[in-house]
Amino acid sequence: MHVLDKTQMERLEAKAVNSAKTRQPLYAPRKKIFPKRASGSFRRFKWLVMAVTLGIYYLMPWLRWDRGPFAPDQAVLIDLANRRFYVFFIEIWPQEFYYVAGLLMMAGIGLFLITSTVGRAWCGYTCPQTVWVDLFLVVERAIEGDRNARMKLDAGRWTARKLVLRVSKHAIWLVIAAATGGAWILYLADAPTLIGDVFNGTAASVAYVTIAVLTATTYTFGGLMREQVCTYMCPWPRIQAAMLDENSLTVTYNDWRGEPRSRHAKKVQAAGQPVGDCVDCNACVAVCPMGIDIRDGQQLECITCALCLNACDGVMNKLGKERGLISYATLSDYNANMAVATAGGSGPVNPSLVRTADSTFSARLAHFHIRKIFRPRTFFYMGAWTAVGLALIYSLLTRDRLEINVLHDRNPQFVTLSDGSIRNGYTVKLLNMIPEPRTIVVTMQGLQGAEMSVVGSDLPAARFFAIAVQPDRLNMLKVFVRQPAGEVRHAAQTFKFRVEDRASFESDEYTATFNAPEIAR
Amino acid sequence: MSSEHIDEVSGISTTGHEWDGIRELNNPLPRWWVITFYITVAWAVAYTIAYPAWPMLSSATKGVLGYSSRNAVKIELAAAEAAKGKYVAAIQQKTVSEIAADDALREFAVAAGGATFKVNCVQCHGSGAQGSKGFPNLNDDDWLWGGTTEQIQQTIAHGIRFASDPDTRQSEMPPFGDIITPEQIAQVGAYVASLSGKVQDASLIEPGAKVFAENCVACHGDNAKGNKELGAPNLTDAIWLYAPGETAIAVQVRAPKHGVMPAWIGRLGETKVKELAVYVHSLGGGE
Repeated sequence: MHVLDKTQMERLEAKAVNSAKTRQPLYAPRKKIFPKRASGSFRRFKWLVMAVTLGIYYLMPWLRWDRGPFAPDQAVLIDLANRRFYVFFIEIWPQEFYYVAGLLMMAGIGLFLITSTVGRAWCGYTCPQTVWVDLFLVVERAIEGDRNARMKLDAGRWTARKLVLRVSKHAIWLVIAAATGGAWILYLADAPTLIGDVFNGTAASVAYVTIAVLTATTYTFGGLMREQVCTYMCPWPRIQAAMLDENSLTVTYNDWRGEPRSRHAKKVQAAGQPVGDCVDCNACVAVCPMGIDIRDGQQLECITCALCLNACDGVMNKLGKERGLISYATLSDYNANMAVATAGGSGPVNPSLVRTADSTFSARLAHFHIRKIFRPRTFFYMGAWTAVGLALIYSLLTRDRLEINVLHDRNPQFVTLSDGSIRNGYTVKLLNMIPEPRTIVVTMQGLQGAEMSVVGSDLPAARFFAIAVQPDRLNMLKVFVRQPAGEVRHAAQTFKFRVEDRASFESDEYTATFNAPEIAR
Repeated sequence: MSSEHIDEVSGISTTGHEWDGIRELNNPLPRWWVITFYITVAWAVAYTIAYPAWPMLSSATKGVLGYSSRNAVKIELAAAEAAKGKYVAAIQQKTVSEIAADDALREFAVAAGGATFKVNCVQCHGSGAQGSKGFPNLNDDDWLWGGTTEQIQQTIAHGIRFASDPDTRQSEMPPFGDIITPEQIAQVGAYVASLSGKVQDASLIEPGAKVFAENCVACHGDNAKGNKELGAPNLTDAIWLYAPGETAIAVQVRAPKHGVMPAWIGRLGETKVKELAVYVHSLGGGE
């Protein structure tokens, strides 16, 4: 054996990239958030919005609306089986679905308008995710207590009490989720009938599947995932950056009066150092349902629910300081005030610069003015929104409730009869779009000497006939038009079918073609 | 690349890769995402066990649920047949005119007959039943053998001049080229053409009428309006099976062509023949 001299061994400068010490787990567990109950004006507003939106959602299907004996009496009904949409006094047929498209456009433009003026108000107050999470938090607080009690319970060992609390919380969540899914399907069929069928077990399986899916999503999104839906799944937080500008109101921590924050304001003050209004009590952090710190500035996760604003105002009240350390402010006002507080950006925030000698706020500070809402951008959104709305209203007021559509038989295009006359066949569709039966008159205009006959009816051949049409239905007729040989002028003559309701003076026309062989000219 | 790099802004370690100074943060995935990923993997594996998936030597694995798209089609077809059952039973029991009088049955028979027509009849009568030279147009009101639903049913069931069916409709116009002179043929052609239109030489009409009275009235009738019992066409109307005009008529008189229609009862069965009869009757010319 040959022994190597150890000094001759080469030493590699290598370090494991993936060493056990530095290796990170493949996933990060969600850090639970335990929002504390807030109180104040915005909290009260959120309760109100929650009551109104949930009230509409759960109760609307039960509202009745009398449309007579030939249409359902549910105020809001999406009748998929019969392809009709009922919204109070409006009935929409599938080919009028553009009304829904128009409403979606208005919703989109309205969202731009709201966001450019008051920020993510949709996210903070009315988004279903926000509303249902709020509702689920009400349940959680009622059962497990407020923030501290919940944190203690969560950190504690599994005991019988913890088990009972957790089971009852999830049970109530599931009940709410099932009611949410249950209310959804009530929009798709007669609510009183359907709810009975659901409980009897006789409803269609698609009803149960829909309830199950919506129960699962409501429970998962509202109870388990909560803020992760907003942060990871929803595209709106990404879009908002383009929607907000420097004049949009958004929940803002006003560093210019809050910094430097200190828990020992008096000591620091006595030492002659500057001290801001923020006492670093973390009340704003404790109430946040998104688990963020608003003092970090505008951030993607913030849904601007303004609960931190309420929490901070409460603290400021107790301290005897002006409210509004966290406030709805525009970026331009905030920047202007920061410029004051930092003496034009020349140094760190010095709160004494924003105050006068008697410690009231300096007159140089910018404040939000209602004028800022009216700027070209919001006028444009408002104009576009109004234009779409007016177009929809105009279209709704002038739309036809009686229509005729005609399909010309193409094979054969024409038939020569024994007496030499030419016959063409047409499928005539009469749309009676009101929920009442009526008698309408179908007339031919043009086509000299020709007469119509309706297949399967006893009506004599004539240039007009009256026919009873079913309420709220498409009535299909097979009509033969026959022109004597001597009257045929061209191989393709045009004429009109005209329908009239002589009671309401509604009418519609369709220009059709009558074909004849070349030889018959 | 050997040492760990911490991004100075976020304080998060990077993957160690660098492109022109741009580094990739090594952020961990959220737990829900990883769990969802594993669930989808498990789902995919379970799916291939439950449903036909893995290719083997001769076929694929069958799947423990025993699903097969071929069976699914079979079940759907059986359900469709069952749904039709009520109508088919009624059609079997009723006569064609009873079927035609019943709105729901007529609608069903017209739809079913239309489908049968598209497969069996369009080759001669055309996809719009408009016919062609030698093959009658079924949309018009001129019927060689009668246009009531019963008569149409009889024609479809047993055919025309179809030798192997004893009940077939049978008639034959003799070749008059062997019986009368060419002059007489020209005269009768002019006479017949004059019944529904103009002829070139009006002087031929009168002797033609005489020839007609002597040779043709037995089948075509005194007034030339034909005889549906014999399938003898009406010669006074605007509809001609072969061609209009005195020359074409003379050709037909000299050496008549006779169309043949097969009997369909053996191939289609009574129900489908009834449906076809109601369909043809509904085309607009039925009597």
